[in-house]
Amino acid sequence: MSYTVRKFDAVIVGAGGAGLRAAIQLSEAGYKTAVLTKVFPTRSHTVAAQGGVAASLGNSEEDHWHWHMYDTVKGSDWLGDQDAIEFMCRKANEVVVELEHYGMPFDRLDNGKIYQRPFGGHMSNFGEKPVRRSCAAADRTGHAMLHAMYQRNVKVNTQFFVEWMALDLIRDPEGDVQGVTAMDMETGEIVAFHSKATIFATGGAGRIYYSSTNAFINTGDGVGMAARAGIPLEDMEFWQFHPTGVAGAGVLITEGVRGEGGILRNSNGERFMERYAPNAKDLASRDVVSRAMVTEINEGRGCGPNKDFVLLDITHLPPETIMKRLPGIHEIALQFAGVDALKEPIPVVPTCHYQMGGIPTNYRGEVVIGVDSTPVKGFYAAGECACASVHGANRLGTNSLLDLLVFGKSAGETAVEDLKKSGAHKPLDTASIDATLARVNRLNTQTGGSNVHETRLAMQRTMQKHAGVFRFNELLKEGVTKILEVADDVARTEIKDKSQVFNTARIEAFELDNLIEVAKATMISAEARKESRGAHVRDDAIDNDVTPNGRDDQNWLKHTLWHRDGNRLEYKPVKMKPLTVDTIELKKRAY
Amino acid sequence: MDSEKQARIGRLKWHCRRALLELDIVFQRFWMQQGDDIDAGSEAALTRLLAFEDHDLWDLVNGRATIDDEELEKCIGMLRTAGFGAESGVFG
Repeated sequence: MSYTVRKFDAVIVGAGGAGLRAAIQLSEAGYKTAVLTKVFPTRSHTVAAQGGVAASLGNSEEDHWHWHMYDTVKGSDWLGDQDAIEFMCRKANEVVVELEHYGMPFDRLDNGKIYQRPFGGHMSNFGEKPVRRSCAAADRTGHAMLHAMYQRNVKVNTQFFVEWMALDLIRDPEGDVQGVTAMDMETGEIVAFHSKATIFATGGAGRIYYSSTNAFINTGDGVGMAARAGIPLEDMEFWQFHPTGVAGAGVLITEGVRGEGGILRNSNGERFMERYAPNAKDLASRDVVSRAMVTEINEGRGCGPNKDFVLLDITHLPPETIMKRLPGIHEIALQFAGVDALKEPIPVVPTCHYQMGGIPTNYRGEVVIGVDSTPVKGFYAAGECACASVHGANRLGTNSLLDLLVFGKSAGETAVEDLKKSGAHKPLDTASIDATLARVNRLNTQTGGSNVHETRLAMQRTMQKHAGVFRFNELLKEGVTKILEVADDVARTEIKDKSQVFNTARIEAFELDNLIEVAKATMISAEARKESRGAHVRDDAIDNDVTPNGRDDQNWLKHTLWHRDGNRLEYKPVKMKPLTVDTIELKKRAY
Repeated sequence: MDSEKQARIGRLKWHCRRALLELDIVFQRFWMQQGDDIDAGSEAALTRLLAFEDHDLWDLVNGRATIDDEELEKCIGMLRTAGFGAESGVFG
């Protein structure tokens, strides 16, 4: 099998918000920059982000980056690195104003300033009361953001390779990164993109779960490639879940449905939330509702043939209330659950939404390895695929768009600084390319192998059952065994269609190669962490004064690093020291 | 199916990978129901529809928006009526 080589100063993988922001920085500095993307840039999953981007502009009321920083540290359940969090919150105003100058159509106040709205977890004066901090463009913030940044990239001559799938990182024996191998989907051609700077901005991997709000493109390609190249993955046990996704589909049912009187019921028709939260009932917080739902399912009171979902019932509400106050819910239930919500309850399950962990980076966007966080030469990452770590154990709403702007820019800036100091390209390491060719050849010639769809489904069901929103020691232990068995099947996937042009079966097999790395990292890291923190909630974590909410700072205030090689785990300290201000000291996370 | 059409259908299917999960699922069910050997009219209509922005396309599919174009309306109708149900599974 042959390949060609193309040389660039910088190669960016992924054209969502983080990739586009990084590319602006490099192209504006005059560097020859390639962006590889599986889909057209404005169809990246950033489009789905509606809530807005957090920045303490203070346009409607007093606000301060230090308050935003406090909220983010607290939201992270103190697992976030405080230097990176300070950096992000201080940079927020700058990147939002830049975006405005790129043409982003933010909603406006009458005085012409950017309109800001409140969002969960964002408070003024160190947790005192809610503050209006989110900047949005109607309900299409992510979409508008991508358009503004794509246009800017066109202006500064970024070279886009649309419908190309990156396959592997090229890393030489010294550990330096030299680019990626990639496949042109239109021809099946393999190309080595030889670069001095490589930035991963490939988004999350929510498709490891059976129930996920993520689009199908979110297959953790960058995270999988990094793992195969020997880069450890950080804090992969932390995934944010939403309680009410349509079972079997993942499409979100807004919390407003329960606000209007929707009731969760088990297979006996019981309003089970009365037992778990006698006062708030169905309106209890997301994590409480999710845990109750999982407990009902695990104790055999789930619904359906597999007893694997519960029901959200709005049939007692007047139809006119549903159609007036909950527009779209009737259509979503019909389209994705096949039920008329006016007459039948909607099947729902807690649904995976956001990946807090990822490729370890510092606030400069450099990928770092080891307990001492040593930068990997020539390698940078930003956005959901990266772990800076600003979200720690739990992300605040509207901090994801901020993350991709700040760290996309930061990764681009750092790459520019490094390129200024660099000489010629190092000779291309062909061993990495040979490894890619062997992987492609294995898939093309595999016989008697496993079915891609069935294997992916086995992975998704295993993750949902064994490492879902509420975690149990025995289930996690069994989950480790099961996911490693699934990994054996992934190593021998077979495709019947061997054609070269837009062979979606081949692409899905390569995506599964990436997903399984994320799944293994998640399961093994989750099994090992014997506490509850943020989104990682175990039923056996003891809640007392020493370990509030089950959080054990004495033993577990540290980042997990999972190594693909031998499924090894190591741990590195959380950076508790911010850049310029005092440490935000540990305390119980309560709202 | 000849290899040229197979390549065109492969490209169309890939263009059905969208930014929004809702559309991914709608298109997945469409292909499951229709199979790969769609007629030339459907192929042309789908090609045009796939050029829409994701939010606009979703508004058309869920009935919040309409379009004055007979061919596209017919295609949207096919998307809306493609099989659904919690147990049909999502494969992506």
